[in-house]
Amino acid sequence: MSEGYGDIRVDLQYIADMIEPGTRVLDIGCGDGALLGYLSEFKQVDGRGIEISMAGVNECVSDGLSVIQGDADTDLDDYPDGAFDYAVLSQTLQATRQPRRVVENLVRIGRRAILSLPNFGHWKVRLWLLSAGRMPQTETLPYHWYDTPNIHLCTIRDFVELVRELDVEVERAIALGASGKPLALQATGLTGNLLGVQAVFLLRKR
Amino acid sequence: MAYCTYGELNEDRSNAVLVCHALTGDQYVAEEHPITGKPGWWALMVGPGRPIDTDRFYVICSNVLGGCLGTMGPTELNPETGKQFGLGFPVITVGDMVRAQAMLLDHLGIDQLFCVIGGSMGAMQVLEWASRHSERVFAAVPIAGAARHTAQNIAFHEVGRQAIMADPDWHGGDYINHGVIPRRGLGVARMTAHITYLSEAALHRKFGRNLQDRDMLSFGFDADFQVESYLRHQGSTFVDRFDANSYLYITRAMDYFDMAMEHGGTLSDAFEGTQTRFCLISFSSDWLFPTSESRAIVHALNAAAANVSFVEIQSDQGHDAFLLDEPELNKVLGGFINGCAERRGLGW
Repeated sequence: MSEGYGDIRVDLQYIADMIEPGTRVLDIGCGDGALLGYLSEFKQVDGRGIEISMAGVNECVSDGLSVIQGDADTDLDDYPDGAFDYAVLSQTLQATRQPRRVVENLVRIGRRAILSLPNFGHWKVRLWLLSAGRMPQTETLPYHWYDTPNIHLCTIRDFVELVRELDVEVERAIALGASGKPLALQATGLTGNLLGVQAVFLLRKR
Repeated sequence: MAYCTYGELNEDRSNAVLVCHALTGDQYVAEEHPITGKPGWWALMVGPGRPIDTDRFYVICSNVLGGCLGTMGPTELNPETGKQFGLGFPVITVGDMVRAQAMLLDHLGIDQLFCVIGGSMGAMQVLEWASRHSERVFAAVPIAGAARHTAQNIAFHEVGRQAIMADPDWHGGDYINHGVIPRRGLGVARMTAHITYLSEAALHRKFGRNLQDRDMLSFGFDADFQVESYLRHQGSTFVDRFDANSYLYITRAMDYFDMAMEHGGTLSDAFEGTQTRFCLISFSSDWLFPTSESRAIVHALNAAAANVSFVEIQSDQGHDAFLLDEPELNKVLGGFINGCAERRGLGW
C-alpha cells in the first residue's frame, strides 16, 4: 500500500495502488473526488471524473478537479477508444441499468479498467436470506429492498462469468474481508466468493 | 473597438482574462454604466477578491462587433458616406465578433488568454474562441450557452426583429436621419426577450398576480399587474441604452451560430486535439439555453478527449441566473479558475 492518505475508502486505496503514476485516469462515479484528489496529489495522474450527484460534482469542480455531471449508463458512449490508461468504476456497477454495456465501455475507453464491487455471495448475505428469509442488509449493503439504489447486484463468480463472456482478461483480483484487508486466497475461487465482502478487479480487453 | 480593462497584465502576459458579453451587454463589466448609472453587469463576478479576481488577473471586456457602445456597428459613421451605416452595415457572425477580439489581443500584445469566459451569447464567443483559436485559450468557461441557436431561440428573435421593423419610426432602418428611434418596437422586442430570460417560477415568486399601485382591477388595458408594469419598465429603459439596428444585427449573428454545421455536422470536430481546459455551467430552470445544450457540448468535448468539467446549478432564476447572485456559481467558478491558475503557474 502507498503511504497513508487519512480516510480514503479502503477499496479506493487498493484501486489507487493498481494505478501507475503519471497516467490518464477516468473515474466514473467519482463522488466527492476522494480518489481523483489522491491520484493527482500522490501519483501525478491526469484525472477526469463523472459523477451523478450535483453536490458531488460541484464539490469536485470547486476543488479544481475536472469532473462532469453524468452517469455510467448514458455518458460513456462518446469517449473514444483507449482515451484513458485506466477507467475506474468503484462500487457503482450494481447501481447501473445496463452493467454489461458499462463493463464493455470501461474496457473500451480505458486500456485497463478497474472495478470494485460489493459481493452478494458473501456468507453473511447468504445466511441472512437462508435463515431470516428476508432481503439481506449488511454493512456494505445497508439499504431496504425498497430504497436501494443497487438494482443489479451480483456475486464475485457472477462477475467473473460476465467478464469471461466479454473476452476480458482479469489481470488481478483482490477479495477484501470484513476488516477491509485483502484475503490471502484466490478472489475468484469458491472461498473468495464466500468470504469476500467486496472485490477489486484489474481488467484488460484481450 | 471599445473596451474596458481591470487589473494589471503580468510580466509573462499570461494572466489575461477575456470576458465576452451577452446580446444586450457591453464592455462595462465591473464599473458604473455611463448611460444608466447602474453597477457593471457582472460586478458580482469581476473585481478584487471576486471569482474573477482583478487583483490577480488582467480582465478585458470589449463591446462586440455590431454593438452600439463604441465598437464598429450600425450606429457608427460609414467613412465612405459620412453617414451612419444603419442597414448598410454588413451582416456579421459570432466568428466575426471573435476575430475582432483576437485583433484587439494582438494590439494589446497578448498571445494567450489565461481564460475566456461568458454567458449566453458570450458563451457562443467562448466556444468560437476555443474552436478557432484554441492555442490562444488556456481555459474556457461557456456559461448557459449552446453550440447552435435552436429553432425556438430563432423564433423569439424573429418576434423581436419584426416588432422593431413594424414600428413606423424604424423607417427601413434609417430612423436616425428622420430624427426618431423606434421606441415602441424595440421596447416590445425587449419585453418579449426578457420573458425568455426568466422562468415561470421566478416570475411567480417576484410578481405572482399582484396588482400595481391599485387595490382592484381596472377592467381596462393599463398595467394592472406588477408583471406588466415591470416588463413595460424593462422595455422603455432598454431603448435609452440600446440601438434598434444593433439589436437586429446581433440577434441575427446568434441565429446563424451553428458550430457543428461549420464542421461537417460533427460538433466534436470543432474541438479536435484541443488542449484547452473547459468548464461548462448551466442552470436547471434555463429554458432558453437549457442544460441539454450544454450537455451536447460536453459529449462532443468528451469525444475529442478534451479536459472538461460540467456543472448544472440548481436555480429557479432562469437564463439570467448567470448574472445574478448564485453562490454555487461563484464557488464552482472560483474552484475551476484557481485549479487552472495553479496549472498555468499563476498560483498565489
